[in-house]
Amino acid sequence: MNTNNNTIVDIPDQATARIPQPNFMTKENGLLSWLLTGDHKRIAILYLISITFFFFIGGALAGLIRLELLTPQADLMATDTYNKVFTMHGIIMIFLFLVPSVPATLGNFLIPMMLGAKDLAMPKINLFSWYLYMAGGILALYAMITGGVDTGWTFTTPLSTHYVNTNVITTGFAIFVAGFSSIFTGLNFIVTIHKMRAPGMTWFRLPLFVWAHYAASLLMVLGTPVLAIAIVLVMLERTIGIGVFDPVKGGDPLLFQHLFWFYSHPAVYIMILPGMGVINEVISTFSRKRVFGYTAVAFSSVAIAIFGFFVWAHHMFIMGISNYAVLVFSLLTMMVAVPSAIKIFNWTFTLYKGSITFETPMLYAFGFMGLFTIGGMTGVFLGASGTDIHLTETYFIVAHFHFVMVGGMLMAFLAGIHFWWPKITGRMYPEKISQLAAIVTFIGFNLTFFPQFILGVLGMPRRYASYPPEFQVLNVFSTAGATILGVGYLLPVLYLLWSLKYGAIAGNNPWQATGLEWQTQSPPLTENFVVTPIMDHEAYDYEWLESQKAKEVASAG
Amino acid sequence: MSHISPTIWQFLVKWLTNFALFPPEASKIAPQMDALFFFMVLVSLIGLTAVVLMVVSFSILYSKKHHPVAVQIEGSTLLEATWTIIPLGLFMVMFVWGALIYFRVYTPPANAMNIYVVGKQWMWKAEHPGGQHEINSLHVPTGRAVQLTLISEDVFHSFSIPAFRVKREAIPGRYTTVWFEATTPGTYHLFCTQYCGTNHSRMIGDVVVLTPEDYRKWLASSTSGNSLAQNGERLFASLSCAACHNARPDARGPSLANVYGSRLALSSGGTIIADDAYLREAILNPSQHITQGYAPIMPTYQGQVSEEGVIALVEYMKHLDSDYRVQQTTNTTDLVPGSEGKAPGAQAPAVNGTVKP
Repeated sequence: MNTNNNTIVDIPDQATARIPQPNFMTKENGLLSWLLTGDHKRIAILYLISITFFFFIGGALAGLIRLELLTPQADLMATDTYNKVFTMHGIIMIFLFLVPSVPATLGNFLIPMMLGAKDLAMPKINLFSWYLYMAGGILALYAMITGGVDTGWTFTTPLSTHYVNTNVITTGFAIFVAGFSSIFTGLNFIVTIHKMRAPGMTWFRLPLFVWAHYAASLLMVLGTPVLAIAIVLVMLERTIGIGVFDPVKGGDPLLFQHLFWFYSHPAVYIMILPGMGVINEVISTFSRKRVFGYTAVAFSSVAIAIFGFFVWAHHMFIMGISNYAVLVFSLLTMMVAVPSAIKIFNWTFTLYKGSITFETPMLYAFGFMGLFTIGGMTGVFLGASGTDIHLTETYFIVAHFHFVMVGGMLMAFLAGIHFWWPKITGRMYPEKISQLAAIVTFIGFNLTFFPQFILGVLGMPRRYASYPPEFQVLNVFSTAGATILGVGYLLPVLYLLWSLKYGAIAGNNPWQATGLEWQTQSPPLTENFVVTPIMDHEAYDYEWLESQKAKEVASAG
Repeated sequence: MSHISPTIWQFLVKWLTNFALFPPEASKIAPQMDALFFFMVLVSLIGLTAVVLMVVSFSILYSKKHHPVAVQIEGSTLLEATWTIIPLGLFMVMFVWGALIYFRVYTPPANAMNIYVVGKQWMWKAEHPGGQHEINSLHVPTGRAVQLTLISEDVFHSFSIPAFRVKREAIPGRYTTVWFEATTPGTYHLFCTQYCGTNHSRMIGDVVVLTPEDYRKWLASSTSGNSLAQNGERLFASLSCAACHNARPDARGPSLANVYGSRLALSSGGTIIADDAYLREAILNPSQHITQGYAPIMPTYQGQVSEEGVIALVEYMKHLDSDYRVQQTTNTTDLVPGSEGKAPGAQAPAVNGTVKP
């Protein structure tokens, strides 16, 4: 064991260490062996490459938005172009990056390993879901290149059905297809978690990462079909005018909002729950402690998933739904805030009497906790029906969901990528520069999005290409912050690529973490484990880990 | 300051002179909403500070350097209960407080003065009862409850006045309402906050709050000659509504005198209150709402009359207080502008063919 007081990293002697062969990356070669693979780890890497690609497209669009908002006039681009840019930013970031980000990459890679299984229950469906994702992604890009779409990512009717003249059908179909990718992924996870747990792996020995994914998978399977229906109805309305959302034909445009938000509100939990799963693993590992209140955290994930389905109408408080409906949905929204608060406090108390070190994943996790707390609390401002009237549809809401989605989810994603990078690639990322990137991201993030809360309180509406001049100062801050944030996101791409060749060899368990995924070689074998592991201890049992080590030393000696 | 570029210098000047942090409070509800807002800010700050303080102090106290071996703790039911119940309690306070304000904002007092607002891509049109029209601006007096009845001619819009802390979606096909009582004279922003297409960000305007005297002056100077009800009356005549709704014993349609606000029996069974929304529906989708005792013969006026026209008709019906008025309308084909004050249509001879001999 190392004696350095500032780190738990324990990597093998670099002079003799080798990347273990064979492993899942080198077992087969050639492009086809990747494109036709059934291996959940290879599919995870396919996803990782593709979502990173889409993230940078979405990020470039975000950059254009911030550049336009540097000045009060719509002077960088025409308002139509601006509308297309923010629409595509939203669609790409939500459907092609955030929804698949943690589940399809880290979840895909790790869930079978954490369960002690060889693969997901349905490897071919897993591969198929990647192809669906790619088909959806390419279709969305095609729609963007051939004229774009300017409905906003919410496709509000009747704007989307009768008034805009852009690629609504193509984009809608892209989302429809990508949605099935997420349904299949969710289904695969549920079946795998039910059926493929190693001997001894009871539900309450599952890592909390798995619990979070289980809850998110339920949402994917139950929610996404409703989105698919809503989008098909929009497409039918545009093509043959069925009139479901058209008041002239006796339809109701508010019905679309109900259908759309019935998916799109749970969708934010699809996005954030897996991120919370990552935070559990990281905080436990870097404080050497069992997650405080394991059961409370596990059930809070499920509670979020269940309550998450019954709050959708809080997006419609000012739209003329009945005042009593507002009352019910506001109450339920307050309920869903509680399990999130529980999680934050449990993570905080996991640190208590731990033995904490501050490697990059932990820095990102701290960033997550701070930003998610702000994001969650400002959600309560919007859930309380009275203040929602003033704050909704302004930059306050933009800031709120970016705090949750970018400050929360993206931080968690980066924490997870750094944390499992040694497991995925067999090599360490460079520590110092990645700590710097984490700090740069945190500063850039706050500078970008905090001023937007103030802009929202002042009343600046979202989706405006031009705005009154007194809002400029705050917008300049925000754009400056976005520049810093951009650097913070670019850095990991560079040093992670660098580390593929030059990173230190990690060994099986550089963090001395307890998960089953760490008890096998890095990168793992295609079959994950040499023999099926038997789970004879609780999750996050650091004493078990010590005793294992002692045994190894004894048998080696 | 020659070494600072003029752009940056201008920006700094702007920053120091024009750096808004909080919107003006110009309505009666604004301070009430802000009280809840600041309560929430306070709770958030306390919560955030607690989390940050704990994370920082635990990070220092229990860093590996100071605390090399972790102490395993299972959890604590007492603590779990604490941080379940305290946030829940606080959230419940916010829920109740928020709901009280919400109900206040969307429950107009009975004596409120009504202004109609029609949203369309990309402008706001306000119709005052006195016949004053405005585009992308709204003049209101202080000290008087003003109810807005909103509707959209095309897509969803949202009528937002940050200084009043009120906002309401304008929806195609149905009326929505919101009310406020302005307190401070001045000019405030009016935004469309629901994304509505190409020129969404230009669908903005000014809300001008005037003292009651100034407001009266404004009303007098902006009148178009006819009140909104008179415009409706003219439309009522030109659409030949009076051919059926003429209050005669053999009329094919029900009399409309005093219909507003009354309870109607429908041929489908059941009753309905004839409010703005009902009257609008009855004009545009008459076959859906047949009054008991009448045949479903009324054609739809969908596409023949604009939302502003419907508003004028509704406003006219609101003022129809006797059959005599209806019969007067029957005889009206042209209302001379400027006839305000005279009995509507009094001087116009009957020339249209709907008048029975």
